[in-house]
Amino acid sequence: MDLLLDIATWILLLAGSILLIITGFGLLRLPDLYTRIHAGGMADTLATFLIFVGLSLQSGFSLVSAKLLLVLVFVFFTSPTASYALAQASFVAGLKPKLDGFGTKKPSKDDV
Amino acid sequence: MLKTVSLFLVLMSVWLLLSGHYTPLITGFGVVSCLLSALIANRMDVNDKEGQPIYLGPRILSYWGWLVGEIFKANVDVAKCVLFPKKYLRPSIFTVTASQKSDLGKVIYANSITLTPGTVTVDLDGDQVMVHALTEGSAEDVLGGDMDRRVTKVMRET
Repeated sequence: MDLLLDIATWILLLAGSILLIITGFGLLRLPDLYTRIHAGGMADTLATFLIFVGLSLQSGFSLVSAKLLLVLVFVFFTSPTASYALAQASFVAGLKPKLDGFGTKKPSKDDV
Repeated sequence: MLKTVSLFLVLMSVWLLLSGHYTPLITGFGVVSCLLSALIANRMDVNDKEGQPIYLGPRILSYWGWLVGEIFKANVDVAKCVLFPKKYLRPSIFTVTASQKSDLGKVIYANSITLTPGTVTVDLDGDQVMVHALTEGSAEDVLGGDMDRRVTKVMRET
């Protein structure tokens, strides 16, 4: 039973860490601020979720788990507000998102 | 009065959950500080329907369950987009209409859009929500209006 829990924890922690690496990769690779916010969103949501659930599996049915899950709830409440503040501030400041010229599809007039 | 009592009970349960020390003196301090917080919130007039949305009840919990599932799918989409930008990266910006009437409903909707990676709320003006989407799939998820309908159902504002 303990072994099973350990394996589940390892899988969750590793999946979370891989997502964090992809997040960091995306922050460098994507072209402008608005698209980079999306990459940061991965670290705020699923990566945090996986790591915290993995940690609470280790602490079992206890107060520590309850606290970890509460932190998770608070992160899920506050991180979209922070992302929105960032996007809204750069939009109000007049930063134009790059919308065309990506991928293999030819940009047309309908895209703008 | 009922609101103050229920706020006190919520604060007390959170305090008991977080403290872990249950000697009479410490618990007494907890009771006193929770009581004081509830009374101050009452005096500040912030203890209203919006500040304590208990009336959403179990419906918000089932909505959260659905939202976590959506977050899973959206994360996979964004991860694919980061790894293969040539194939998936199609940023777009568009406006959708929020069908919720109350401010709380609109905030839940706009925050849910932002919480799902791949879509970010850029501007909320009246009932017009401006959304920036990363891929075609994430844009279609918002334009489909499934999330909008679910939030309206949670708020009971059809």
